Amino acid sequence: MNRSQTHRSRRRILKALHLLGLFLIMALICIPGLWIVLNSFRPTVEILAKPPVWTPTFTLEHYRAMFGGAGEGGVPVFHYFSNSLIVSVASTVIAIFIGMGGGYAFARYRFRFKNGYFVGLMLFRAVPGVALSLPLFIVFAQVGLIDTHIGLILVYVAMNVPFTIWLTDGFFRQIPKEFHEAAEIDGCTRWQAFWKVEFPVARSGVASAAIFAFLTSWNEFALASQLTRSVGSKTMPVGLLDFTAEFTINWGGMCALAVLMIIPALVLTFIVQKHLIAGLTFGGVKG
Amino acid sequence: MTEVTLNGVVKRYGKHEAVHGVDLKIHDGEFMVLVGPSGCGKSTTLRMIAGLEDISDGEISIGSRVVNDLPPRERNISMVFQNYALYPHMTVRENLGFTLRIAKQPEAEIETAVKKAAGILGLDELMERRPSELSGGERQRVAMGRAIVRRPDVFLFDEPLSNLDAKLRTQMRVEIKKLHQRVGNTIIYVTHDQVEAMTLADRIVLMRDGHIVQVGTPLELFNNPFNTFSATFIGSPPMNLIDGVVTDADTIVLRNSLTVPIPAAACGQVVSGQLVQFGFRADNLMPVGHAVEETGKLVDLELSVSLTEPLGTETLLFADFAGQEVQAKMLNPRPVKPGETIAFHLMLDKCHVFDAANGKALRD
Repeated sequence: MNRSQTHRSRRRILKALHLLGLFLIMALICIPGLWIVLNSFRPTVEILAKPPVWTPTFTLEHYRAMFGGAGEGGVPVFHYFSNSLIVSVASTVIAIFIGMGGGYAFARYRFRFKNGYFVGLMLFRAVPGVALSLPLFIVFAQVGLIDTHIGLILVYVAMNVPFTIWLTDGFFRQIPKEFHEAAEIDGCTRWQAFWKVEFPVARSGVASAAIFAFLTSWNEFALASQLTRSVGSKTMPVGLLDFTAEFTINWGGMCALAVLMIIPALVLTFIVQKHLIAGLTFGGVKG
Repeated sequence: MTEVTLNGVVKRYGKHEAVHGVDLKIHDGEFMVLVGPSGCGKSTTLRMIAGLEDISDGEISIGSRVVNDLPPRERNISMVFQNYALYPHMTVRENLGFTLRIAKQPEAEIETAVKKAAGILGLDELMERRPSELSGGERQRVAMGRAIVRRPDVFLFDEPLSNLDAKLRTQMRVEIKKLHQRVGNTIIYVTHDQVEAMTLADRIVLMRDGHIVQVGTPLELFNNPFNTFSATFIGSPPMNLIDGVVTDADTIVLRNSLTVPIPAAACGQVVSGQLVQFGFRADNLMPVGHAVEETGKLVDLELSVSLTEPLGTETLLFADFAGQEVQAKMLNPRPVKPGETIAFHLMLDKCHVFDAANGKALRD
């Protein structure tokens, strides 16, 4: 009796510690984001106040200013937003198609130097993007891709393809080869078998690869800041720099733009989240 | 008329040869079972017939067409896979109709064909479910339904019952046999389970290491095994095999200097001094005084029983025979104590002699 009681209280304590640990880790992850959102609604004085002001004043001044004219601290938000959207969506779509083809090939076919190629792709991923910025800048300057959407899209496709190949390879590997075999016996060509059976089954994997690719492009700053110049091609992360002047940084404005950047990413993740629930393949095979 | 013919079919993976020149003729409407231990090449052979593996050498024809270079979809076959391979993103109805939809059949026709197949296999209640919501047996039936909707020339089954529990397996075995009787198509069925092979097959192809060991009806394989491998693989329990030496034209000396006469069928094939294996099934070694038809020449033996396995209608006895454990069978069981010595009759006419050097049966 006694022993079972101590056992039970020990379990309760462990559970509490577990929850506390989870809370701390989540706090660590979430607080910077929360800080950005909160600061976007506070007057600049309060953001910089030392000691901090614990009861914040709510204001929309940063948003008003941001969407306002150029003289009042406004930035071309809609341009930046549409640049970001065009570049991210286009590079994601292209990277997903290439990555899916590559991932499928790695998962299904045997060919010479397969492992070598794969390691090569992963190594490419290990090269820090910034290290490529100077050579990229020179090459792009020569061919006239500086300050264009296409230039940025090309860079992001190159950045994302290895990763999408790696992810989709993993997902296609989980799909039993019997699916496409059964489809081929049922009258499909290899191509039909892929689109009618394997692709729908791997949908969740492809969706998650797409999210990662999209977020990478959406958030990328280092290369975009080198390769874009004007309102016509600057993306939102680069747009954040508009809030830094020689001697001051407009923290509130920066946070407001950052919030605008976060919202589409959150919405997208939320929409695709359903598809991320894996386990679609279970049931089709085995008992 | 759909015969399937294999002519010197070879499968190589790089330098490794997995199937060595298989010749086989499967008749129209025949239920042919390929059986053998894992790695014997039976599945590879089936997959070559299906077109899922390339043929390295030789020729496969289905009906009058050589199908070597035809893709699976043009061979007019259906296949049931071990893991069923039901499309997880489709309902049962969509799974069944998939092949016809790919063939761009009119919707009404698809509907009738699907309904018919569902009726045959009792799937009407399950039509709107997804594969993940089905039990193992139901998935198996849907896989079979998908196969018959196509109205193929040949059905291929690749170990379709291996993922089911023992009870369901027996039940599905019956359903497969009924299905064959009903549709009458040629069936090629791969299994590693000799009971499935015996119960289902019109003819069995026994394979080992990429070679065909023996082809014949279940009873031919059971009664006249070509070699010791056939003898031990087919039939449960496996045939008892005891090492011995031929002394003269009509006697074999086993270990412990026990002697048995040479069965009449093998007399002409043995030479004096030859090393042999003497084989008999548990059914042919029975306690004396049994209500069985004890025909032909009987050998009297006194054997000590070490273990019994009661199975209800019969009991398996493990007995010491020339220093080697053998299995015998007792009908109308009575309790037997371990260590008890019982008088047995060995039915000599049903015994086999195999060459110890190459395992081949010695028979006229």
